[in-house]
Amino acid sequence: MTKKKEKDGEPSETTDVLSDKPESQDTDLSNTLTKDELRKFYEEKGIDLSPDVPIHPKPIPEFEKSLSDKITSKFGSKVNVDYVRPNRIRVSTKREDILDVAYFIRDELRYDHAESVAGVDYPDSKEIEIVYHLGCYTDEQNGSQILALATRVPREDIPSPGKDKSRTPSLRDVFYSVEFHERECFEMFGVYFEGHPDNRRLLLPEDWADIPPFRKDFKIKGR
Amino acid sequence: MLKELFNQDTAPHATNVLVGKLGEILIRAVGKPLNSAINWGRLWSLWPVHLETACCSVEFGAASSPRYDVERFGIIEAFGSLRQCDLIVVMGTITRKMAPRLRMVYDQMPDPKYVIAMGACAITGGLYFDSYNVLPGIDGVLPVDVYVPGCPPRPETLIQATMLLQEKIKRMKTV
Amino acid sequence: MTTQLPPGIELEKVDDRIMTLNVGPQHPGSGHMRLIIKIDGDYIVSCDPDPGYVHRGEEKMAEYRNYIQNIPHLERPVIHDSSNILYPYCLAVEELLDIEVPERAKYVRVIASELNRCIYTLYWLAIYGIFLGHSTMFMWPAGDRELFIDLLEAMSGARVTHAYLVPGGVRNDLPANFEERCLRQVNYLEKRLKEYEDIFYQNPLLKARTEDTGILSGTDAIRLGTTGSVLRASGVDFDIRKKEPYDVYENLDFETVVMKEGDSYARSRVPYLEMFESCRIIKDALRKMPKSGSVRTKLKPNPKGGNDEVYRRVESGRGSLGYYIVSNNRPEPYRVKISVGSFRNLICMPYLLKGEKLGNMPAVYWSLNYWPVEADR
Repeated sequence: MTKKKEKDGEPSETTDVLSDKPESQDTDLSNTLTKDELRKFYEEKGIDLSPDVPIHPKPIPEFEKSLSDKITSKFGSKVNVDYVRPNRIRVSTKREDILDVAYFIRDELRYDHAESVAGVDYPDSKEIEIVYHLGCYTDEQNGSQILALATRVPREDIPSPGKDKSRTPSLRDVFYSVEFHERECFEMFGVYFEGHPDNRRLLLPEDWADIPPFRKDFKIKGR
Repeated sequence: MLKELFNQDTAPHATNVLVGKLGEILIRAVGKPLNSAINWGRLWSLWPVHLETACCSVEFGAASSPRYDVERFGIIEAFGSLRQCDLIVVMGTITRKMAPRLRMVYDQMPDPKYVIAMGACAITGGLYFDSYNVLPGIDGVLPVDVYVPGCPPRPETLIQATMLLQEKIKRMKTV
Repeated sequence: MTTQLPPGIELEKVDDRIMTLNVGPQHPGSGHMRLIIKIDGDYIVSCDPDPGYVHRGEEKMAEYRNYIQNIPHLERPVIHDSSNILYPYCLAVEELLDIEVPERAKYVRVIASELNRCIYTLYWLAIYGIFLGHSTMFMWPAGDRELFIDLLEAMSGARVTHAYLVPGGVRNDLPANFEERCLRQVNYLEKRLKEYEDIFYQNPLLKARTEDTGILSGTDAIRLGTTGSVLRASGVDFDIRKKEPYDVYENLDFETVVMKEGDSYARSRVPYLEMFESCRIIKDALRKMPKSGSVRTKLKPNPKGGNDEVYRRVESGRGSLGYYIVSNNRPEPYRVKISVGSFRNLICMPYLLKGEKLGNMPAVYWSLNYWPVEADR
């Protein structure tokens, strides 16, 4: 793994294993008990607090590395290669540069369609991340690759979809296949795609008057 | 009433009401002596509306496959127009977008009409009890005659439900 | 030209000729979705798909359940293809939690996945028969499908919602003399499939209704980002089982089916021909499978993923099916995004139906291998 992926807004990994305990546990326990007692208490209850994922360093694959090097040599500090793994590359960029990067990916690296457009909401850093998963049909060697192109847009505390600052250039001119995915992303996160011809509602009912449902501050009932 | 019949906007609805009233009068006249005969007629005309609402429609389709073959009982025959149907099988989850359409379909069916709620989602919301877009059961939308539990129910269960509905119709008063 | 019209009579305007038609959700030819179609006489001018009638918020619900609790509701979108929709989820969670799957479990998964692909395709074929008014083609596949359901019921215990594939392997081992039973059914299906050819695919009525309707060229199929049988019917050789082999697909002997025509007939034929390949895969897997051994790696209770993300995909009955899971050191995933083949093929619908005759709408619609419940999630 070349660069450890860092998501700002989330607690970075600390050596203290107790810091990543689930929030659903009682918080007042930690005030009354010492750390060793607390650990013993959780062990008796059968709750395991050790990190589940042992870190095995994996070798960086050659072909994927060459693809990501092409992007970094063209754009330099404008893009950030988050990871390079077998068959998977993730590149993040600012939203001003995403159209240039997308054109480069389509024309030079020969990725030709979008598999999905996912939004991820980070309320702590007040940002919504849009991740395009791009694939390739035409190139023989590229067929197994998925390139994740990510960008971040500012997030409003009180959203008004289409009118606020959460907007990003649409990639529909670059990848035609993102049309319905971006429509879904617009209604689920309230991120407006500039230049998209058809920013209408797709899946939600016509009388939906609540905030976009996939944002983290939208709570479903009973939870 | 008559004025509504000749107004272009209200005419379809008014015609429905008129036909319903005429039918009621007819039933009142012959109802009491011919109660069992009318019920017998209703028993064997349980034809469902083709309204698939969610994944239970797979099992509904399997019920008319050669192994289960519900049509041998003379019920649940695949049919096109809802104007001639008197059974609606709600196959699974009703979302908030589908609920007005479901009620609209039900309102267009002629009387008498019966409702089978198929699957856990149609009864209580089932697995999707905490989803933001799913109704917790269809009781608020339609009056249900028979509930079929299961997620999804097996085709045999659907056949049994229809037979229970027939039992219920036998004991119903026609008037 | 100025012609004096008699009073009360007006020339027909273009807007008057165009009629808007709602197909669905209560319509025998639509399923659980609505197509808003504008027609001029018998020809479709434009089509605007309106999905979302079964949108149940699976992705939001997954954020409130842990990795094991997520299994049952994630298979509900396609209950007749439930092994294939759980397959990428299991692969993704295994990569996230760094779990090694036993060798035998990999083969059992492949068998379950291919059996389920046959079940899905037979159901799809049955409905295609109904759409085209071919009742025999409803009865035959729907009846043959039950035999495969019996097999999977013996494996997993449930009729259609198996929840058989779990992160770490499969839920339980194969039942006694499964191999013999499975081989018998697969051989029977291969024999029956040849009869389908005679009664359905060589039928002049089917050919008249599907050939040269809804033609999708190869470049357009790539541009629109279609997947699965729609893509392969347009001459693009792309199958994730070949391109990015998961589990043991690289050891197994099969070929991808590609047709060049790109019309409804080719799209209806590719899944049918793939059933032959599925039978080949099942037979090969039964031969190469280790005869004994563990089938499941036990997970820790309430396992936590790292501060990581993963995207895994498989080839399902409707094409590529991918899961994008973001985790943040919690037992529940932070975000789950399901990229389904049906939703990706939805974009074809306005494109293909434009300029088509209204009577060809069901033939084109169902040939897109579209399952509305899956597309809405």
